Amino acid sequence: MSEPILQVRNLVKHFPLTQGVLFKKQIGAVKAVDGISFDLYRGETLGIVGESGCGKSTVAKLLMNLEQATSGEVFYKGQDITKLSGRALKAVRRNIQMVFQDPYTSLNPRMTVGDIIGEPFDIHPEVAPKGSRRAKVEELLDVVGLNPEYINRYPHQFSGGQRQRIGIARGLALNPEIIICDEPVSALDVSVQAQVVNLMEKLQDEFDLSYVFIAHDLSIVRHISDRVGVMYLGRMAEIGTDAEIYEHPTHPYTQALLSAVPVPDPEAREHRERIILAGDVPSPANPPSGCRFRTRCWKAEDRCAEETPLLAVPTRFQGAGTPAEHESACHFAEEKDPVGSHAA
Amino acid sequence: MSDMYDTQSLVNAAGGAPGGLPVQEPHGPGEPAKPSPDGAREKPRSLWNDAWHDLSRKPMFYVSGLLILFLIVISIWPGLIASASPLACDLAKSQDGPTSGHPFGFDQQGCDVYTRVVHGARASVSVGLFATAGVTVLGSVLGGLAGYFGGWWDAILSRISDIFFGIPILLGGVVFLSVVKGGNVTTVSIFMILLGWPQIARIARGAVITAKQQDYVQAARALGAGNARMLLRHIAPNALAPIIVVATIALGTYISLEATLSFLGVGLKPPAVSWGIDISQASSQIRNAPHMLLWPAGALSVTVLAFIMLGDAVRDALDPKLR
Repeated sequence: MSEPILQVRNLVKHFPLTQGVLFKKQIGAVKAVDGISFDLYRGETLGIVGESGCGKSTVAKLLMNLEQATSGEVFYKGQDITKLSGRALKAVRRNIQMVFQDPYTSLNPRMTVGDIIGEPFDIHPEVAPKGSRRAKVEELLDVVGLNPEYINRYPHQFSGGQRQRIGIARGLALNPEIIICDEPVSALDVSVQAQVVNLMEKLQDEFDLSYVFIAHDLSIVRHISDRVGVMYLGRMAEIGTDAEIYEHPTHPYTQALLSAVPVPDPEAREHRERIILAGDVPSPANPPSGCRFRTRCWKAEDRCAEETPLLAVPTRFQGAGTPAEHESACHFAEEKDPVGSHAA
Repeated sequence: MSDMYDTQSLVNAAGGAPGGLPVQEPHGPGEPAKPSPDGAREKPRSLWNDAWHDLSRKPMFYVSGLLILFLIVISIWPGLIASASPLACDLAKSQDGPTSGHPFGFDQQGCDVYTRVVHGARASVSVGLFATAGVTVLGSVLGGLAGYFGGWWDAILSRISDIFFGIPILLGGVVFLSVVKGGNVTTVSIFMILLGWPQIARIARGAVITAKQQDYVQAARALGAGNARMLLRHIAPNALAPIIVVATIALGTYISLEATLSFLGVGLKPPAVSWGIDISQASSQIRNAPHMLLWPAGALSVTVLAFIMLGDAVRDALDPKLR
């Protein structure tokens, strides 16, 4: 973990809300992603968690340049990829690939597995000479644990886990440095999730990959990630190593989110406190001023509505050398959760 | 460790120890590859290979295919099975029943019904094929591009197709064909293309929009695929099935529309030979000489049915999910 391979700075994506069919008039915007910054280091896995609709998948699409960012930058090796197009973008795509959420829709049903995994070579012919492509595809199938004899089958002849392996093989074909995984296991059975996650860890060691691993399953993210970012309503609430986030969260939202994780041990379950948040997630078309979480936060004061908390190491923890010293976007970041005293 | 959640149980919830989840791999990389069901190495097969393989086992495909082949052959060379001229008529034989050498009898003008039915196939089949080909090409290109690129192009095209949809087809036919004053195969086909393309354009636009939003199209874009590859490799094959289905059904409709327009006297006109003209002339005499109506009407129905059956078989074969 030395130099950052991907640097995201103030990334913003607003989807315009329009009225009218022929003469469109903008009447507002869904602020799906509203100023996100983070670094991805070589060889690490950065987990991004958050509930449905918080903008996780939009971040993935922005990192892949599948959506045009409203503002902000994504630097890959110092080059802002949000401004690229044409040949330069195509060159960067060789190094940043994606694994999609739903293995049932991410594979073209009319192409054989060989064609699907071989397509990257058709688009980037410089990666593999024509004669070697079949061998390359068979090798990729073997790498992801599928029988290379399956090369002429269609996606519908495979199970969900096998399909996701095909999707991973396609992502690996160009030998990328970064793979963006947009909820790669959430459409799979729990047993198959573990297989796929283990495969991804194995591939990371083998090919020195960096992952951005987007998910809503906190346990899976903890298992695979080196660092974790927690998103709420288009912003990053807290970011740190997995131990810092899972064991010493300082942002109230993270604390509430973690308290909702199912605990299999009945003994432990009885002794923990659930933080039940009031109300629903506000609409991203009309988010609260200041801190996005303030409408549901038990610590919220006037300051939270006026002043947007920045994602930074809270002053009180600076230089403390404890695990609580990590970036958290809260004016009242605290490690020990005083839920009992404030909730009343 | 905070007292509100237990880290070990967080890991446990993922299904195992932190070092690696104990799972069974379905097929370990070291495991020897299982032989494929065929015993031999499977040959690469394209979608169209597979579709052909599937079609070749369907009786419905052979029945409709042979019928259509037969229709096309007699449209090109009607003399093969009916050597007489359809215009060689003898009024003395008006409305006569079947006799030796004239199995379908004679019509009002004393023309041989069998000869006229055989020669009438050319008009129906060529109008049907020209109109369908034109409508499909124009409709899928315009609709497909509108769906793929969206924006202004889409908005304008959709409104134009709304306008064309608003024109009643028979009224439009009567007006158009009486204005151009030349009811022949070309003008009738052009009329059908002009009025028919919005139907396919809408289907194509919808199918392309559906296909465009699929993850596999996003995946291709993420790989750096250009518009041509996206449209031809990913979108077109997945948007084609509804277009083929609608086009084959439309082919049957165009054949019967040609007959309808000829029946109304604005389509093909005598001395052209068409089932529509014959049906029109026979309809007033149905009580005296039903054979005059039944043979051309029967030929029309069988032709329409054959094309619809073919379309059905092709659709099944092109859909890998049904395989």
